[in-house]
Amino acid sequence: MIAYIIRRLLYAVPILLGVNVITFALFFLVNTPDDMARMQLGVKRVTPEAIASWKQERGYDQPLLYNSAAAGAGKLTHTIFYEKSLRMFVFDFGRADDGRDIAREIRLRMGPSLAVAIPAFFVGLLVYITFALGFAFFRATYIDFWGVVICVAAMSISSMFYIIGGQYLIGKLWHLVPISGFSGGVDALRFILLPAAVGVIGGFGASTRLYRTFFLEEIGKDYVRTARAKGLSEVTVLFRHVLKNALIPILTGVVVAIPFLFIGGLITESFFGIPGLGSYTVDAINSQDFAIVRSMVFIGSLLYIAGLLLTDISYTLVDPRVRLA
Amino acid sequence: MPFQAVILWTDWLVYLLVGVIVATIVYTRGREHLRAPWRRVAQSVSGMVGLTVLLVFVIAGLLDSVHFRPRLAASDAKAKVAYAVEVLSVLDVALGPLRMRREKTYSAPLATHLYAIEMTELPDGSQVRDFPRLKYGGAQLKDPERDWDADIRHAALGGFAGGGVVWLLIGLLVAATVAHGGGVRINHAWNQLWRGETEVPWRAILLTLLAFCMLGGAAIGLAAKYHVLGTDKVGQDVLYQALKSIRTALVIGTLTTLVMLPFAIALGIAAGYFGGWVDDAIQYTYTTLNSIPGVLLIAAAVLMMQVTIDRHPELFQTAAERADVRLLVLCVILGVTSWTGMCRLLRGETLKLKELEYIQAAHAFGVRHHRIITRHILPNVMYIVLITVVMEFSGLVLAEAVLSYVGVGVDPSMNSFGTMINNARLEMAREPMVWWSLAAAFVFMVTLVLAANLFADAVRDAFDPRVRTRALSPVRLAQLLRMRGAQSPKTGQA
Repeated sequence: MIAYIIRRLLYAVPILLGVNVITFALFFLVNTPDDMARMQLGVKRVTPEAIASWKQERGYDQPLLYNSAAAGAGKLTHTIFYEKSLRMFVFDFGRADDGRDIAREIRLRMGPSLAVAIPAFFVGLLVYITFALGFAFFRATYIDFWGVVICVAAMSISSMFYIIGGQYLIGKLWHLVPISGFSGGVDALRFILLPAAVGVIGGFGASTRLYRTFFLEEIGKDYVRTARAKGLSEVTVLFRHVLKNALIPILTGVVVAIPFLFIGGLITESFFGIPGLGSYTVDAINSQDFAIVRSMVFIGSLLYIAGLLLTDISYTLVDPRVRLA
Repeated sequence: MPFQAVILWTDWLVYLLVGVIVATIVYTRGREHLRAPWRRVAQSVSGMVGLTVLLVFVIAGLLDSVHFRPRLAASDAKAKVAYAVEVLSVLDVALGPLRMRREKTYSAPLATHLYAIEMTELPDGSQVRDFPRLKYGGAQLKDPERDWDADIRHAALGGFAGGGVVWLLIGLLVAATVAHGGGVRINHAWNQLWRGETEVPWRAILLTLLAFCMLGGAAIGLAAKYHVLGTDKVGQDVLYQALKSIRTALVIGTLTTLVMLPFAIALGIAAGYFGGWVDDAIQYTYTTLNSIPGVLLIAAAVLMMQVTIDRHPELFQTAAERADVRLLVLCVILGVTSWTGMCRLLRGETLKLKELEYIQAAHAFGVRHHRIITRHILPNVMYIVLITVVMEFSGLVLAEAVLSYVGVGVDPSMNSFGTMINNARLEMAREPMVWWSLAAAFVFMVTLVLAANLFADAVRDAFDPRVRTRALSPVRLAQLLRMRGAQSPKTGQA
């Protein structure tokens, strides 16, 4: 098991390196730092000095891949690729345009992201599985039919409308909770409630329909027929046999998403003004802060790979047939 | 010539797509084994309703894909022929007045007065603070308070009647076709049709069309005198914006998969067929691309593209061309982040196919690789391609809205559902609320996406061989998973 995890972690290195090369190419080869400087400073009437100082401030004044002016190992380390891309492996992300340390910002903003994402995640999972199991229990009846109709309709609605609708109904019309904002401590609950609820409702259609398919898939199998033949009640069959086995495919999609709880929802956070990583990213994109976007790309891939690893490990926990070696 | 034809990049691709679809239809017509699954699609009620709705949208999108620049009126006969900077489409011409009639700022649907109170000067020099009358909306009414109701009712009823007549003609045409095909009299076919005894669910299709004809008729009747869905901040008609947004949504939904299709097919089949280091390299490529959260990769790429576009203003003659290139690049970038799913499915299917006897036999006969691939493997994986293309559509339309909100979507000057939502959401706080832009975007988007989802389900049911064995196939699984991620492309649960 441990050997397997170590091997998987090593396997992640070339992938992260690949991600690094892609972001490097996107940010520094497609457009030179000079172009970026010109765009940030305004295209017209920009002096070479202004560009030079912009580049120096951000450490973009070095050669891209090979520094012939430096000595020894410096030939490779005093380059943009080393400083800006490879340094990310030790979580050194440099500074944002406003001068703040990105790594520190990321640590600070994880909390609010998790505060919203974790409740939404677990409540959502519970709700989706409950409804999916309910539809599967009432399969081939009107309850199931209309359930699926509602699911298909619900997933045809853009998540933006759920957010806007939730803000309007609950925040503005009924004045139950604040429309947006965040604060620490117990008070945070008031701010978490709405975004979490919107998150759960927004994912309802697609997830419930997916889980229902998993349940129906299991219900059609032979061991279920055997269980019924033994005289077990439908409820026992569903909870003791079907639910347990259907959890395996459900895990595939769910565990991958767990690391992403750190980032939270991009638009949810930005709509609700939650100072988490999601809104950090959206703000960075809007203000064209390339350093932050680059760092978030790296963090995102790191989390994705962690998710894949977690998925594999969780398989061994729930499915005794799977042995990792 | 009174105009100069302009063919934008996306126009070319739209024409190409239409060409491919027409060629496929022609090719399929003569081959029974290819027609059989389509016949199953045609028998699905929800699928055909979805298709009908989609086709109505596609007509608007196609009309909006024929562009030209009108000629400017020459000052004298010898003046050099000059064309307007503005690029128009056939849809613009068809909607004519909707585009031109600009109010000052917001006005509610069917309103006769502006949304905001303004100071107006009366002819005698005194000033009053009141809601000013609209320049165009209900301008023909002498006393809006008294005549408004009757005028609206009159226009709407006229529209309904017109829509009803059009619908009746369509219905008779359908009945005549059914009668011709079945060799029965037309009134017999009409009865059959309404009892739901036809193979193709014509009753459902006609009811869908009835809804469209009625709503469309009423909209046309009212649009002549009013702003049916109100106006936005700069006084532009919201109905016009919504209709123009259809093309953007369709382009993003279809061209994204179209531009990446060749790569996904070639790489997926190559990985599965050749195995070894080819497989490793391709798998590495798509795992790496896949591990970057979609929104972030798209954001990074779009930011970089903006720098490039800003650096080369000389490449684009008109603003429309620049916006169009941005749309195309967005499609390509979205494609890069979404081809991996199809690639993986194709790889898996090819892996399975190449072990089958008939392909082993082809090997034994000394058939060359490329011939085995094109002749034996490709036709047998096409169902995956078709299902993926259809099912990606709705997710991409939804993704556009999110991307436009994040600021990495289409050009802000281009009409799209994302820009509509984005502009409207800031106005929710106003009192009274400006809801009509948002409502229009919502209705249009939900209709389009729902129709696409229904059609995609029907296509999947008809083409996926494992649907009939009731087992969960990888294609179906990928579809369902994709729909969950659709709300925000691949960052997982947004």
